[in-house]
Parts: sequence; C-alpha cells; structure tokens
Amino acid sequence: MTRYPLLATGLAALLACAAASPASAQSTFRIGLQEDPDALDPHKGNTYVGRVVFAALCDKLIDISPKLELVPQLASSWTISPDGLSITIKLRAGVKFHDGEAMDGEAVKANLDRARTLADSRRKSELASIASVDVVDASTILLKLAKPDATILYALSDRAGMMLAPKSLASDVAAKPVCSGPYKFVERVQNDRIVLERFADHWRKQDYAFDRVIYRAIPDTTVRLANLRSGDLDMLERLAPTDTKSVKSDASLKYVEITGLGYQGLTVNVGNGPAADNPLGRDKRVRQAFSLSLDRQALSDVVFEGTYPPAIQAFPPSSFAHNPDIKLPARDVAKARQLLKEAGLDKAPIDVEIQAANNPVFLRLVEVVQAMAGEAGFNVKIRSTEFATLLREQVAGRFQMSSVGWSGRADPDGNTHVFWTTGGGQNDGKYSNAEVDRLMNEARTRYEPAERRKLYDAVQKIVQEDLPIIYLLYWNWPYVVSAKVDGFVPYPDGIIRLNGMKITR
Amino acid sequence: MLEMIARRLLIALPTLILVSIFVFGLQKLLPGDPVLVIAGEERDPQVLAYLRELYRFDDPIPLQYWAWIKQVVQGNFGASLRTGASVSALIVQKLPVTLQLAAFAMIFALGIGIPLGVFAATRKGTWVDSAVSTMALSGLSIPNFWLGIILILIVSVNFRLLPASGFVSLWEDPWRALQTMIMPAFVLGNALAATIMRHTRSSMLEVLSQDYVRTARAKGLFEPAVVWKHAFRNALIPVVSIATLLFGELMAGAVLTEQIFSIPGFGKLIVDGVFNRDYSVVQGVVLCVAVGFIAMNLLADILYVIVNPRLRGTR
Repeated sequence: MTRYPLLATGLAALLACAAASPASAQSTFRIGLQEDPDALDPHKGNTYVGRVVFAALCDKLIDISPKLELVPQLASSWTISPDGLSITIKLRAGVKFHDGEAMDGEAVKANLDRARTLADSRRKSELASIASVDVVDASTILLKLAKPDATILYALSDRAGMMLAPKSLASDVAAKPVCSGPYKFVERVQNDRIVLERFADHWRKQDYAFDRVIYRAIPDTTVRLANLRSGDLDMLERLAPTDTKSVKSDASLKYVEITGLGYQGLTVNVGNGPAADNPLGRDKRVRQAFSLSLDRQALSDVVFEGTYPPAIQAFPPSSFAHNPDIKLPARDVAKARQLLKEAGLDKAPIDVEIQAANNPVFLRLVEVVQAMAGEAGFNVKIRSTEFATLLREQVAGRFQMSSVGWSGRADPDGNTHVFWTTGGGQNDGKYSNAEVDRLMNEARTRYEPAERRKLYDAVQKIVQEDLPIIYLLYWNWPYVVSAKVDGFVPYPDGIIRLNGMKITR
Repeated sequence: MLEMIARRLLIALPTLILVSIFVFGLQKLLPGDPVLVIAGEERDPQVLAYLRELYRFDDPIPLQYWAWIKQVVQGNFGASLRTGASVSALIVQKLPVTLQLAAFAMIFALGIGIPLGVFAATRKGTWVDSAVSTMALSGLSIPNFWLGIILILIVSVNFRLLPASGFVSLWEDPWRALQTMIMPAFVLGNALAATIMRHTRSSMLEVLSQDYVRTARAKGLFEPAVVWKHAFRNALIPVVSIATLLFGELMAGAVLTEQIFSIPGFGKLIVDGVFNRDYSVVQGVVLCVAVGFIAMNLLADILYVIVNPRLRGTR
C-alpha cells in the first residue's frame, strides 16, 4: 500500500507538465513498424519494413499504381524493341540526389551495374537477364538483355530500380543512404528509429506534406497500437487481426486495409529427399484430398478475423495473371475421402507432419488445418520450430509439409517461378514438371500481359492438379491511421507511400 | 585491498576466456542456417555461397572461434550480419541506454526495498509485516511483460500521462528522459525491490536479535537510533552484495522490459540478434554483459570491505 501514494503523486505532477510540453512547429509523421529494417542499402536490403522506409528515401525508375500498372517515376517513359532484347528508358529531367549530384544516365548505369555485380547484392537474380547497361545520352539509358524478360520492368519498380547518388556508392551505403527520394536520411538508431527529413529539391516536393518522418520499430502488436492510441505514433502497419474490431469502433482511429500480393500456404515435399516418400508426397490425389478437406473461409475467420481472403491460386486478385475462373472450391470431405479411396488409402488415417514457425498466429492456422484435415482421414501432427530452424529444415528437405508465407511480388513471375520451376530458389519441395518449366520460362519472354496470362492459365491447369503448394489465404495489409491524418492510399504491395498524406487537425 | 583486487582480476581472465568459448559454442549449437536468414526471400545460390565464405561459416568451429577472438582482442567485434553496422559501435550506442535503465531500476528497487524491509523487520509478526511481505511476493510473481502492458494501457492510453515507449538520454533532455524511464524502471525494479526487501528484512531481523542491539536498547537509546545507526549499518552488508549480484537479474529483466517499451538497449539487441541469427551481435553483446557481470562481482567484494571495516586488511 505504501508504494502507490508516491507513484500517484509523481504521475499527477507529470500530468501537469505533459500538457505544457511545447508543440513542434515542424510537422513530424511517426510510423510504427513491426520490425527493425535490415541494411538500408536497396541493393542489399531484404525486408518489407526496409522497403517501407525506402519508399520515402529512394525514388525508383518505375512505380506501380494501386492497380499494379507500371507508372513513371524517375523514368519518364520506356520503350521495348520489337525483338524484346532492348529497353530504352528516358529519364526525368532535372532530378537531383540528396547530395546535389544530377540523376542522369551515368548515375543510373552506375547503380544498375552495382546491383548486378556486387558480390552480396540481393538484386542479382532480378536483373540477371541484363547483358549490358549503355548510356545513350544524359537522359537516356539502354538496357540490352541476353533474352527477352518481361519481369525486368517490375524489378525496376522495386529495390532494383532505386537510385543511389553515384558518389555515395564508394562509402558505406547502409550507414548513410543518399538517394533522390522526397525525404533524406538523418539518423538511424538500430532497433529503435529511422529519422528522415524533407528534401527541399525533390522533383515532386509539393506532394509531400511532412517535414520529418520517423519510423519506429515496435515488434509487439499490442504495444504498437497502444503507442498510436496514446499519440506517440500517427500510423502503424500490421495491426493484429484480433484488434480489428476495437480499432474500427474507435473514432480517433482509421482502419485501412488492402489485399496484398503475398499468400499463406502449405508447401508439400514432393521430391526433396527421403522425407518426400510418403502418400502425400507421392500421390497428387492425396494432396487434392487434403486441399478439399479445408474450409479456407473458416480458416480466415478463426485465425484472422476474416481479414485474409481465401486463396486457391498463387496470383492475388489484383494481378493480371489472376484467373477468376479458378473458383474457390467448397469444403468437400466426402469427395476428399473418395479421392483417398481411389488412391487405396482409406483403410487407416494418413500420417502427415506439418512444420510451422512457433508464432501464435501461424500455429493457430495449422491447428485449424489439423482439425479440418482430421475429419477427412488425415492424422496431422504439428512440429513447431523457430523460424530460422524451419527455413533450414525446409531447404534440407526434412519436412513433409511446411507452413509458409510469401510476401508477394507485383510481377506474377515473382510469386511463382522460384516456387514451381525445377531448381527454383524457393522450390523447397523440389517440384519438377518439364511442361511447367517450359511454360513459365516462355511467360517471361512475353511483354504483353494478355499473352502472358494465357501461358499462366496453362501452367495453373497443371499446378492446380499437382498441388506442390496448397494455397490457403492471401495476405492482408491492415493499417491504422490516426483520424487526424488524411490521404493515405494503400497499395497491394503493402508499401506506405507518403504522397498526398497530411495531418488535418 | 589492492592485492585482493589484483587477485580477483587474475581469476577473471580464465573466466572470460571460458565465457567467450561458451558464447561462441552455444551460438553454433543453435539450429538454423544464418545465411538463409540473412538472404531472406532472395535466395540466389551465388549470394548464399559468397556470404558463407565471407563469414567463414563452413570453417571448422575452432577456426571460426580463433578468427573471432583474434579480432575481439584487438577491440573489433565484427559487423552485424543483418545491417552491416559495426558491433563495437552498436555496443557503444546501446550500453548507456541499458545502464540508464538499470540505474533507474536499481534506484527504484533500493529506494523502495530497503525502507520497506527495515519497516517490516521492526514490526515483525504484526499485520504490517504480513502486508509488506505479501506485497513483495506479488512483486516477485507479476510477470514483467504483463505489468508493462497493463501500465502502458492505463497510464499512456487511458490517462495519457506518460509516453508509451521510447528512450531519451538523460544528458539530452533530463525531463523527457525521466518521463520515458518511469514506467520501465518501475516494471524492471519491481521484482528487484521485492528481493531486496526480503533480504533487508531477514538481515535486519538477525541483527536486531544480537546482543549489542539489546545493549544499545538497555542503555536507553532512542529506538530509531538503535534501528538505523546500530542495526541497519550492519544489516546492510549482505544487502549491498545482493544488490550488486542482482545485476544479472537486471540484465535478464531488461531483455523483456526493453521489448515492451521499445527501448533500444542491450536486451532488444540480444533478442533481435538471436532471432535473426546475427551471430556477431549476440557474441559481442553477451561477452560485454559477461565482462559487466564479472566487474559487478568484483565491485560486490570491494563494497563488502568498505561497508564492513572489520574485513579491511585481513584479506
């Protein structure tokens, strides 16, 4: 008892002073992120939160619209040669980097060459088809490709297309990134905050209202929301689904969501070592039965409060490759049992082990899967491991089924090629089908979305049969913005773009 | 005393070497492939191979250790695998943060724990004693993270009295620093205060039953003088060493407290480092904490001698 009067007096004293704290004349916008970004070097960065920061810091050659169309940013236009082997990019005139250098052809070449050749560049595979980058003149650049590659334009609409000031390339970029975006780098306190301030010479400065932007890493979702409610943040990303209701009913907050490009699914080990040698890995009918036993809408309702839309294909609804004719199947336990009977496996329950990251949300997801599949004759065991371990087991082929998420790419190729083709970087189940490989590689060479779509439709016919990955749900990006903030437009890529946003009251 | 310190320092050296081996070895026992974590969603085989070679992950572990310890002896802890930042710079940046939190928590723990312990001891067996002991027990039992979140929800969200999170250095803005420190220091100091209270109480009880205390009372000394001047100073000896040894608990508690209040100190650095398999960061920070722990033990011995003059010159 003796402890609390003292505390109460102290708090009362603080109340008086909190009200008197000076209001900043500058407008500062504070965003709460779920993780601390990794290296702030667009050629090395690997995290979603890193991309959120880059959106304010570094302009890209090309951007995407909320409908995933390509729109100009640092490039004012681009043309593709009839043979598909060269892309001519016209650069916006008069654009400057934060250090005053001009954003010209030479600068673009220096950046693309760095992204292509740096030993630990994470952009190498995205830019692999570029044979050379030639400077035509100060405002024109010519990309020569080794083979036609339709994915390259979307690659340039992400980190591979971000431009760093040429002089800064020689120094430690991640420590002090110098780009040409609407905000320039001020400081970073690792695990805490990244501070940016307005770049006065930005080519589109009138669209950006804030003088300073602060990104704060607050991993705990409850605490992140508490910080927004207490006024210590103006916006946050990735609200916990369980808090959706309370946020929607709070007049001081605005809830904004959009279906993302990524998905949550179950990767099946169909060919990676001895662990693939079981009914699920051998027989596609068993996988079909497993998929049919799941009620995806119920999964979403139970685990994500219905915010994650059910998924049956790898392409999100916003993508041109999404095929609306592939309908979400209704849960059909009888048909699932029938399939198992055809496979001669209806005598005893089929043992399946799913490995999942030991995160409460994803464990709940596989627990619901476990219960649903159980009703169709699967005896599902869950092996929960920590994420780094899960990754290693997956790559090493020590799994039957693995619960995985993919953050998604604007280009349909990015959601599928590495997963479906033989030897693909993310193809941990080692699925291999010559026809799929052929169609996927051909799709890369078609620049016309309608033509690519046809090829993807053909691939989907096969993959929907074979089911190397059982898709469950599309990712949802849930944001919460203070009611004082206007003009936030969500994009399917989940990246927070600050143009047009302002604090109104 | 100087001899004692010198001897202690000599003993500390093999301890440090052992600690460094443990830290390094335990990390290597962690399952999972750091390179896969670093590479994230972009698993280009060339890049994976390059990273493996760069960080020598394919070398035998003793060789990796030797390469690391050679650098450490020269004051170079390497670079974070995740962000590329220098680990030495990170330690220099984060150490004052955790020290500030630890200092506030300790001040809080001592300021609450000692008076309450004395208070309970002098009223042994009364309802006051039971009330204080019950409070201490609940202080020990309440989990850090729960208390922290409840405090944020009540103090910051409902009443908007204090900032919900963040850190400001005491040298930068003392007032704001105080505001951001109150809740974390309370949460972290809470369990320590309970421990200190219990030790103070039992130590006081023991001293109060001694003959010289009875003598002091018998010659008609004013009771507060008996308690504070005669009994308390002697009762303080074990409490002081306990307080310095609680440093370990303080670090463990800081890990959780820093997560909840988003304080960018050692705790957050270690947790994020372990999950991201950022070996160089974890190794550097844990080694640093181990040095701190050894230093605190040494300090405990020195303080012991200072508060207890009888020990001077004997060791």
